Amino acid sequence: MVAEKLQYSSVRLSKVAVSETHGEDSPYFAGWKVYDENPYDELSDSDGVIQMGLAENQVSFDLVEEYLEKHSANIGNEASTFRENALFQDYHGLKSFRKAMASFMEQIRGGRAKFDPDKIVITAGATAANELLTFILADPGDALLIPTPYYPGFDRDLRWRTGVNIIPIHCKSSNNFEITRESLESAYDEAESKNVKVRGVLITNPSNPLGATIARPVLEGILEFVTRKNIHLVSDEIYSGSAFSSDEFVSISEILEARKYQESERVHIVYSLSKDLGLPGFRVGTIYSYNDHVVKTARRMSSFTLISSQTQQLLASMLSDRQFTESYIKTNRERLKKRQQMIVSGLENSGIKCLRGNAGLFCWMNLNPLLNECTKEQELELWKLILHEVKLNISPGSSCHCSEPGWFRVCFANMSERTLEVALKRIHNFMSSRNLCS
Amino acid sequence: MTTLSSKATCNSHGQDSSYFLGWQEYEKNPYDEAKNPNGIIQMGLAENQLSFDLLESWLAENPDAAAFKRNGESIFRELALFQDYHGLAAFKNAMVQFMAEIRGNKVSFDPNKLVLTAGATSANETLVFCLAEPGEAFLLPTPYYPGFDRDLKWRTGVEIVPIHCTSSNGYKITAPAIEAAYQLAQTRNLKVKGVLVTNPSNPLGITLTRRELDLLINFIDAKGIHLISDEIYSGTVFNSPSFVSIMEVLVNRNYVGTGLWNRVHIVYSLSKDLGLPGFRVGAIYSNDHLVVAAATKMSSFGLVSSQTQYLLSAMLSDSKFAKNYIVENQKRLQNRHAMLVNGLKTTGISCLESNAGLFCWVDMRHLLSSKTFEAEMDLWKKIVYQVGLNISPGSSCHCDEPGWFRVCFANMSEETLELAIRRIKSFVNTISSSKTSEGLSSSSTKNTRRKSLAKWVFRLSFNDRDRER
Repeated sequence: MVAEKLQYSSVRLSKVAVSETHGEDSPYFAGWKVYDENPYDELSDSDGVIQMGLAENQVSFDLVEEYLEKHSANIGNEASTFRENALFQDYHGLKSFRKAMASFMEQIRGGRAKFDPDKIVITAGATAANELLTFILADPGDALLIPTPYYPGFDRDLRWRTGVNIIPIHCKSSNNFEITRESLESAYDEAESKNVKVRGVLITNPSNPLGATIARPVLEGILEFVTRKNIHLVSDEIYSGSAFSSDEFVSISEILEARKYQESERVHIVYSLSKDLGLPGFRVGTIYSYNDHVVKTARRMSSFTLISSQTQQLLASMLSDRQFTESYIKTNRERLKKRQQMIVSGLENSGIKCLRGNAGLFCWMNLNPLLNECTKEQELELWKLILHEVKLNISPGSSCHCSEPGWFRVCFANMSERTLEVALKRIHNFMSSRNLCS
Repeated sequence: MTTLSSKATCNSHGQDSSYFLGWQEYEKNPYDEAKNPNGIIQMGLAENQLSFDLLESWLAENPDAAAFKRNGESIFRELALFQDYHGLAAFKNAMVQFMAEIRGNKVSFDPNKLVLTAGATSANETLVFCLAEPGEAFLLPTPYYPGFDRDLKWRTGVEIVPIHCTSSNGYKITAPAIEAAYQLAQTRNLKVKGVLVTNPSNPLGITLTRRELDLLINFIDAKGIHLISDEIYSGTVFNSPSFVSIMEVLVNRNYVGTGLWNRVHIVYSLSKDLGLPGFRVGAIYSNDHLVVAAATKMSSFGLVSSQTQYLLSAMLSDSKFAKNYIVENQKRLQNRHAMLVNGLKTTGISCLESNAGLFCWVDMRHLLSSKTFEAEMDLWKKIVYQVGLNISPGSSCHCDEPGWFRVCFANMSEETLELAIRRIKSFVNTISSSKTSEGLSSSSTKNTRRKSLAKWVFRLSFNDRDRER
């Protein structure tokens, strides 16, 4: 009976349902399981695993909580707007919410780019936004080019249900993982040799996992490349508010505005409040496109993934409060910068170098000198050692498709300062025990 | 110019159908009691606006739930960070309790078999992604919710093959009809992966009988395929026969734990029963752990906001409130339904006898100039533009016979419904009087009729896109 049941189940589900493209069998997820079984707890001063694989922003919650406390009279207690809000399922999204998002995005870019609320499409998180754009820009079997190392979730988000392929644009540490013209051409050629049609390039700026912004000339080079090849450019800017200083982040939107939007119909921006505002649970993502057909289609498709109107309303209030947003953006940047400096110097004291970073909730750490052999397998062995013995869950570069073994992404904003100190101490002890401290 | 995918350029989103066009006309000229009393009354929107006061008073008595507090303590951070696709345990527990209550506690549900999604729209699409390949098919009884053409087919590439149901037997699903649909799929070279039914039915407003449920079970058993039961209107059953869930029948027929048990999946939502479509709360319930596992991962693309999960977990786990809400809501729907049915009766218009839903399936066949869908469209346009009511023509629901319309009754005030009925009354009177004068057979009357037709024609919107179909 049981065997029959299993047979029926596996025969009758779709290929998508049984495929492994959801990616959950990769080490990226395996580390979480070990953490879940023995999580570190600050209060009990435990020996548990410290979670450093989760790119969450917990450093500025107090600012949001303070805002909510101050405006609690307005939030959720107005019976008169409850029913309007509860009924609102228009896939255009609440106008006040879109205006607030446009304004917030402008502030993050120091006013160097303008956003039209009518070009904003709402989605339940950036995960949904990225998948939706892929459905719209590419057909099954086509490819998107993505610079490595990249967020492991893309393997699922962009490929799983869409049937679209990812072809890596290989970036090297020798030039700080910059996206070069050669690497773009090389990735494009690889696609051609496989008879795969390239529909676009997808970049994350600031980069996950590098924790660094993409320089203006590089962005211009990418724009020139996609224009020449007549393909799309998706710029995932979900970490834009996490750049440590506003000046260091250049958005593709600024470059387009400077050129009066020439060739802009091929450019689409993804944004979310999960990282900058630390609200991943609320599922707030957006697509901003300069292409009206994409906006129209994305809006219709967003029916499958709308943001709760209750959440839209809350955030519309909060993000249209300029006093709050200006103060939040500034303070959040400062705190993240401080945390990053803390971890980078702590690692340096332990003899570990990081890629020079200026954004994000993590740093890109080089443990290559610790590898017995410069291979992916040795990297995974080192990762397991760190997980089980040093009791830190960090993300191995191979899970991010990094072409060079030995790099690891380490998150610093999802814990208290005290916990970060404990983590740094453990690393220091580990490195000392291997006589590797400077 | 950079091209878009074929999904982006095709028409499967269905937005050019009349179902959506009526909405556009309404938006241009919406009825408002004070500001626009001659505007179009929206009767094409299956919303439940009858019981908000119950929700609002609960909220007023329980302010913590909307303020991110539990027992007076802030849990804001916990909620803000909570993005686990397994969903908030307290919310899933409350949901399965609510679902059981709606079914008179004749069945119980396991929260671990429930997957939360951003609305039933997402749940239906996700299930189809899990159960079928592009090019395969699901059988659906007609008439059905127009949105299915988009939700089930657009991105999945799956086909819908209709199971034809007719008014001659009250639209009951019959064995020959299901078999015919299956054969039709074969001739079209489509592999059938399952049957999807909406129970209670949209647009019919009737619950499936035990006989039909048995038939469906026998069929999917014989063919070894799936059954999706979209039960989003289960809480709107206001008259007998009471709602019989497919799960109840499976339990009674001892199918628990069998292969077939694993092939029946339920879709639920709070958009209709609780009147909260904006909150995007949907769910898939399946006994197949592989389906649950795949759907759970897929729900990453459409999770329910943790803010909303928390609010509703507090509300629905208040079982006294939930029980009372279900009963009171059903009473109010029953009254409204009676109001519309009786009102239409006085104008000589009858409805399919129904016991559920937020709408009536109205028989206007006698008002058609001919037994054609063109005549149905003409009548529909008259009703939208002349009478000022946006109702849904049966053709948009893939109904086989022209002349039927879905008319919603729960998305407006009583006064507005009364006005709508008055408008229909005077419209029907106008038709009868013109028909009467036609009977006199004088050329002057014929000219009058031609003149009135001409006036009518000129009143049509120039954005009439139906001509393209």
